[in-house]
Amino acid sequence: MGNRTVLYDTHVDMGARIVPFGGWDMPLHYGSQLEEHHAVRRDAGMFDVCHMTVVDLNGDRVREFLRYLLANDVARLKTPGKALYSCMLNPQGGVIDDLIVYFMSESWFRMVVNAGTTEKDVAWLQSHAPAFDVTVQPRDDLAMIAVQGPRAREKALPLLPAQLQGEAERLEPFFAACQDDWFVGRTGYTGEDGFEIVLPESAAVAFWRSLADAGVKPAGLGARDTLRLEAGMNLYGSDMDESVSPLEAGLNWTVAWEPVERDFIGREAIQARRGDPANRRFVGLLLTGRGVLRNHQKLFVGDREVGEITSGGFAPTLERSIALARVAPEVGEACEVEIRGKRIQARVVRPPFARNGKVQVDL
Amino acid sequence: MSKIPNELKYAKSHEWVRDEGDGTVVVGITDHAQELLGDLVFVELPEVGDTVDAGNECAVVESVKAASDVYSPVSGEVVAVNESLADTPETVNEDAFGEGWLFKVRLSAGTELDDLLDDEAYAEVIESEEH
Repeated sequence: MGNRTVLYDTHVDMGARIVPFGGWDMPLHYGSQLEEHHAVRRDAGMFDVCHMTVVDLNGDRVREFLRYLLANDVARLKTPGKALYSCMLNPQGGVIDDLIVYFMSESWFRMVVNAGTTEKDVAWLQSHAPAFDVTVQPRDDLAMIAVQGPRAREKALPLLPAQLQGEAERLEPFFAACQDDWFVGRTGYTGEDGFEIVLPESAAVAFWRSLADAGVKPAGLGARDTLRLEAGMNLYGSDMDESVSPLEAGLNWTVAWEPVERDFIGREAIQARRGDPANRRFVGLLLTGRGVLRNHQKLFVGDREVGEITSGGFAPTLERSIALARVAPEVGEACEVEIRGKRIQARVVRPPFARNGKVQVDL
Repeated sequence: MSKIPNELKYAKSHEWVRDEGDGTVVVGITDHAQELLGDLVFVELPEVGDTVDAGNECAVVESVKAASDVYSPVSGEVVAVNESLADTPETVNEDAFGEGWLFKVRLSAGTELDDLLDDEAYAEVIESEEH
């Protein structure tokens, strides 16, 4: 048996099929993964993301600490509440984790890290924190619920604590507001508008139920995965890990090379490969033949193996199969995928595949 | 709890068999199997004329999440396949024991059906997997 979030019994009550994920027993779906996917693209759905970890970083030098720890540059965060997506690299330039960090004040930044990587992330942060007099506090006392979809915000707003509603309503994308132990970020992992809401564990069940009563559809990890795949968002452990450089995982845009004098862990290693024509490309694939793309399927151009699918599946919004893949630099507009011994044609496209309810690639 | 019709025979690997009484049988996956798989999005069937062997994989059903092999519960020659599943694989979710059938086999040796499970024995298989 894995860990259970505070919402576990509620999921079971609501008919969830439970599966193990990153050490946790989590809902895969509540009946139909497809319906949950469509609810998020067309209306509003919610995800239990309590298994992810909120880590509070405090100290007068916390900004300096994060400028050294993260490949993206928190110097870009000038307004309190602003969020930044970044990789945390090891000295070899591999990805320890991808995360979101929020600038709350000059002495407080808040980070949200992946479930399966929490332990090593916290250990890594703690090993570097003393040099900057920063404290690292994983907030196991907080729950987190993501409410996503075109109507997610309007449905969630009236259910927030009264003092937080006005500020939450005015949030720009990638900003967060905070009131005591409630925290609302206009962020997500689906390619739709919405909130990620951090709240006291003691309030989570009632909040989840009130969202359901307001017509927000509970959605499981299955829909979460197809939504993020359509949105072209990476999944840690599938699309990148400690053996993969962000430059070969489509994450160049998250590396802040300027200012050149900023030293961050992993910089030297990835800088040596910056712009290297031998770097593998991270691309989207759209299956033109019949079948379903899956993780680890091999890609070919002619007889030559040119790469591998890192995340693949059926895309409900496109009603086609899509994938993210790492391929040799010379791969052009098409390749073949080996599915059960047969070669099936696929087109190389630029993610995202779907966002804000709309298909973003030519079918 | 999924339904298990008593007029069908079953394999431990969650296929069902319906005896047509003319030397042919219809094969599909059980309601329990489709429930475990979730929403189906792709079905790969054998071709008419193919020979299938009892216990060997002969079709693939893919749900949103994963691909799963279908094992033929009987040996013989495939005489028909459910072509409508190419466009509407979700039929298997909606009606696993009826419209969601997969393929039809002309049996090579007529005795094999006796080796298959009846509804009660299959219910026990499900029961034992869940505990």
